[in-house]
Amino acid sequence: MKVILKNALIADNSGKINTQESDITVIDGIIDNIGKAGENGDAKVIDLRGKIVSPGFFDMHVHLREPGREDEETVITGCRAAAAGGFTGIACMPNTEPAIDSAEVVNFIKDKARGELTDVYPVAAATLGRKGEVISPMAELAEAGVKGFSDDGTAIKTASILKRVLEYSLMYDLPVIEHCEDESLAGGAMNEGVNSTMLGLPPIPSIAEDIIVMRDIITAEYTRGKLHLAHISTKKAVEMIRDAKKRGVKVTAEAAPHHFTLSDEALKSYDTNLKMNPPLRSRQDVEAILKGLKDGTIDCIASDHAPHSVEEKEVEFEYAPNGIIGLETEIGLAFSELYHKKILTIEQIIEKFAVNPRNILNIPVPVVKKGEKANMTFLDPDEVWTVDISSQLSKSKNSPFDRRLLTGRALGVINNSRLYFKNEFINI
Amino acid sequence: MPLSSRHLLGLQGVPGEDIQLILDTATTFREVLERPIKKVPTLQGKTVVNLFFESSTRTRISFELAEKRLSADSINFSASGSSVSKGETLKDTMRNIEAMKVDMVVVRHSAAGTPLFLTKVCNSNIINAGDGIHEHPTQALLDMYSIREKLGKISGLKVCIVGDISHSRVALSNIYGLKTMGAKVSICGPSTMIPKYIEELGVDVIYNIDEAIQENDVLNVLRIQLERKAREYFPSIREYVKYFGIDDERLEKNGKDILILHPGPINRGVELSASVADGRNQIILNQVTNGVAVRMAVLYLLGTSN
Repeated sequence: MKVILKNALIADNSGKINTQESDITVIDGIIDNIGKAGENGDAKVIDLRGKIVSPGFFDMHVHLREPGREDEETVITGCRAAAAGGFTGIACMPNTEPAIDSAEVVNFIKDKARGELTDVYPVAAATLGRKGEVISPMAELAEAGVKGFSDDGTAIKTASILKRVLEYSLMYDLPVIEHCEDESLAGGAMNEGVNSTMLGLPPIPSIAEDIIVMRDIITAEYTRGKLHLAHISTKKAVEMIRDAKKRGVKVTAEAAPHHFTLSDEALKSYDTNLKMNPPLRSRQDVEAILKGLKDGTIDCIASDHAPHSVEEKEVEFEYAPNGIIGLETEIGLAFSELYHKKILTIEQIIEKFAVNPRNILNIPVPVVKKGEKANMTFLDPDEVWTVDISSQLSKSKNSPFDRRLLTGRALGVINNSRLYFKNEFINI
Repeated sequence: MPLSSRHLLGLQGVPGEDIQLILDTATTFREVLERPIKKVPTLQGKTVVNLFFESSTRTRISFELAEKRLSADSINFSASGSSVSKGETLKDTMRNIEAMKVDMVVVRHSAAGTPLFLTKVCNSNIINAGDGIHEHPTQALLDMYSIREKLGKISGLKVCIVGDISHSRVALSNIYGLKTMGAKVSICGPSTMIPKYIEELGVDVIYNIDEAIQENDVLNVLRIQLERKAREYFPSIREYVKYFGIDDERLEKNGKDILILHPGPINRGVELSASVADGRNQIILNQVTNGVAVRMAVLYLLGTSN
């Protein structure tokens, strides 16, 4: 089937946008021509005048919940939500039941994702069962196609196991992805600050994150392993990563949209959809995350999409599980909070969504070029829309952003010979 | 004049006029408690549920008595042996109770924010009887009532809250209420039991109990919850008693007639020595009696507002 994307502004695989409008002709999932398209014939034509076509966006931190909690999300519903949110690729985290710590589970997930528009790249557990005791069969997992190792949900338990994991991963040039939280300081319900005092909620101090960031950077520097720090949320962490990068440590970092959009003041409503780990931090921390995104200390944006059922979230705040969904709001939040507030340019947003995450995970960045497989995200940085969680494709609805007015969104995606546009999936 | 809210969830943001109204109304009910027949028909036909998810003796009895003296029908629900242990969610529990047609709910729960949560899932008036380490508004109201009864005013007084501030819902409600009513509030306790950012609430922090005694008109001494993890926050009870315990010697040394409150139950020999707990400075049992009157006032004002 033939699809013509008319009058698009094309971004290359470094994020740079060509100011000249072109037509992109895709036949059977391959880019057949860029330039003036010929006769439409029986092609599906989408007019993207003035809109951007970028290499497909990628979210490197998604919880798919399958296997184990299929009532909250499955590989398929997660893929559909990702496509609707503007993503042609995602990396899924290993804290499933059972954990992704064997080639069998990796293959199970890859089988489930086969035929979906969005590509799924599993991240494997760094230790067996994410228990922090024995390192997982990393070689076999790498061979099965995982793109990183992480005990996400917790940090790798001890410095000695972390050191071993970083050393072992050197053989495969895959990153160790860390959830930075000191176990002995964990367990609270919100960021420690005047707001936690006023709300009477058990606090999590920012140093719970900072201590592990420090430990991990030092260990990566020593082992020369490749370290990626997930969902960074504190000022001090940003500063330490900035310094480490200057010293040449192989460290990268990501931030989640809620951490650059909201601060812990929002918790006055005790809304359990504002409960996540790391928690919403102080205004100063939010400022530091924005600064880190701007100067490149933070390489990419990832949602930490964490589906939870309504019944699990509709309880007393302290008893509610951590996490919010994010796949279908994050591009809108990034444009609203970063582009329109002049923190990042569109080029930088493309870098942080399409280029850097793939570079970190050693996945080739797609190119919008004749002869290439079509793997693209269409963007309208200026469309004003209202989030409606009930109409989203994720199986779970735990988002604090329902009814929020956003400016900018993904209009559609193409990948694997499939198109998602205007609320429908079409095989092309 | 009615209260500005149909719930009492905490004292944060509650206007001074509301507090004044509750305290003044409580004065009337306090007099009822001295009558031979201690009952008024004010809430006849109203049903109040005491929903206690955490064990409590005095607060529950105080509320129950207040309800009975206002002629309300009161029902006690406690978590043990209830549907909660069968895995029912709080939302379902609350909706089931409300389906039986109740008017007001008094709730005690170990999780902060639970009273606010209940306002979102039901239509009854909600009264917070203590939520986690957040607020315990009726305790602070009865503390203020008792201070006013003894010293004739609240405004301009210097009040120090002593003890484990970090794990206390009484402290936070007292800070909000007392400050709204014009008192100068300070806190005193081991530094591990004082929230890091507490000064942002406009209170002074004192680490020396002698200084706290010298500089204040009132001490509200909190219970050290020896049964809870609070024990991990100081090295030993001996050390706590030596540096923060209040005994006759300490009061005499500082040569000050100071009013001492305690929300109970007291650890005799820990935060207060036995002789101070029974001595002439304290008004601990007045607080207990006043608690019934204050809770009657709250129930009356909320129960007749809609």
